[in-house]
Amino acid sequence: MTLASLNLVAALPEIWLLCATSAILLIDLFIKDERRDITYALSMVTLLGAAFLTVNGFAWTPRVAFSGMFVADAMSDVLKLGMYGAVGLMLAYSRSYAADRGMYRGELFTLSLFALLGMMVMASSTNLLTLYVGLELLSLSLYALVALPRDSQPATEAAMKYFVLGALASGMLLYGMSMVYGATGSLDIHTIAAKVADGSANHTLMVFGLVFIVTGIGFKLGNVPFHMWVPDVYQGSPTAVTLLIGSAPKLAAFAFVMRLLVQGMPGLMADWQGMLIVLAVLSIGVGNLVAIAQTNLKRMLAYSTISHMGFLLLGVLAGTVQGYSAAMFYAIVYAITAVAGFGVVLLMSRQGFEAERLADLKGLAKRSPWFAWMMLFVMFSMAGIPVFVGFFAKLAVIQAIVEAQLVWLAVVAVLFSLIGAFYYLRVVKLMFMDEPSDESPIAVKLDMRILLSVNCLAMLVLGLMPNRLLVLCYQSVGHSLGVM
Amino acid sequence: MTLTHYLVLAAILFAISVFGIFMNRKNVIVLLMAIELMLLAVNMNFVAFSKYLGDTAGQIFVFFILTVAAAESAIGLAILVVLFRNKRSINVEDLDSLKG
Repeated sequence: MTLASLNLVAALPEIWLLCATSAILLIDLFIKDERRDITYALSMVTLLGAAFLTVNGFAWTPRVAFSGMFVADAMSDVLKLGMYGAVGLMLAYSRSYAADRGMYRGELFTLSLFALLGMMVMASSTNLLTLYVGLELLSLSLYALVALPRDSQPATEAAMKYFVLGALASGMLLYGMSMVYGATGSLDIHTIAAKVADGSANHTLMVFGLVFIVTGIGFKLGNVPFHMWVPDVYQGSPTAVTLLIGSAPKLAAFAFVMRLLVQGMPGLMADWQGMLIVLAVLSIGVGNLVAIAQTNLKRMLAYSTISHMGFLLLGVLAGTVQGYSAAMFYAIVYAITAVAGFGVVLLMSRQGFEAERLADLKGLAKRSPWFAWMMLFVMFSMAGIPVFVGFFAKLAVIQAIVEAQLVWLAVVAVLFSLIGAFYYLRVVKLMFMDEPSDESPIAVKLDMRILLSVNCLAMLVLGLMPNRLLVLCYQSVGHSLGVM
Repeated sequence: MTLTHYLVLAAILFAISVFGIFMNRKNVIVLLMAIELMLLAVNMNFVAFSKYLGDTAGQIFVFFILTVAAAESAIGLAILVVLFRNKRSINVEDLDSLKG
């Protein structure tokens, strides 16, 4: 092992983020509560620095680091940029929300940044060990973030449920990984793929391990039947943390699936495709049907996440570069939409009031037309109504599965999307056609208005011109898989 | 003692821990114990395979799992303490305020 084989330059964004976050952790100890804005500014600078390093080091050819345990390729770089954006927006939107609830402390910032580091490691790892370490760094930070409001009963209960099911998922995943290790004798993803391809790996053992790995992935993504934690955690967590859980980790989860299943076990595609079909169909069905019955906005969005994660799996199980890039496009679009949706909920909340019931949205168009229009953009994009980018995300995925000769799956997905449109449109109806039950004004600072407007307009602009992002996803997936 | 013996033992431990998580309706601490047991079962697998294959990577993985397990139980117990302060109970059945 030499310094050259470490090739630290490829991991520069991660190294910068780790050092900067550790520095923020120390500096924050010496900052008084009323000057917490310094920590906020430092976190933003950290994110900007990481984004600069990622853009600066961008190359189509994969750059391997740490003797092949880590890779910075086009796919991971694009996903990382999405993660910086999501975490940055989360910190910006949640500023006054966190201040009102005594959460505007160093922990919020450092834990979010450490979670981001975990996601980046997940997106870039090519070894079972680094995948696991990245996943745990993300999960452990998120458990602590959910429990941040220490005196809140729902938050601590949600944290406990998240912890137990998250740890169970990690255990399943690890058990599967140990079987894969036993069958192939290697932890390196490319070696595993080669051993599977040349038939020297024990097939029974591999499939046995694969079942546990898919179960673990299902838990982490929140796919039915492993979705029990998603609604409880979304509802119980402080909305700022819900925003974080609902956005950036989905990008990391997509990369995780790509690394483990697509790059690690392409030879077992016939096996994992069947398992993913079951997860995807159940998620799209149950997610859309149960969301109709919800009265809590965060809980409804949780079930909507479940169905969206089913869609994401549809793209992956198509098994073509087109399908993978459609899934990547879907993940990015979903992250943008979820950030905007939870951003509206965050900004509508005020001291002692959480705007988390559907009834709180009644007559919003009369109280604040701007908010109502922003929420309408989010709902239309999630429902997949044309012009908004959500439509093209769904279209790309459905195109990919039709071309993979899975027409019945496409029919199921479209049918349940139609059912799902009902509860998105119900939100629009509540906002525009009902009388407000609460007349109190909604005070939002100008900078947050601008930020949220940009975020929501991005959905419209991307919907009008989806091509560039689609092509970027296609090329980055193609280059990362080495087929271009 | 062959590889199979170790794998069967690990599988039994793993099964006990999964049952512990799903069947237990009394105490959250038992859940935490089941999670630890699950990770130990995985460790047993890794060490057995590592010895069998003559490859040290599996044993290194075990060190990482042990470290993460320690961090995990620290966070789990911390959440348990705030949960008890809020609810005055660590009964699994009392974790029912979130549903719908």
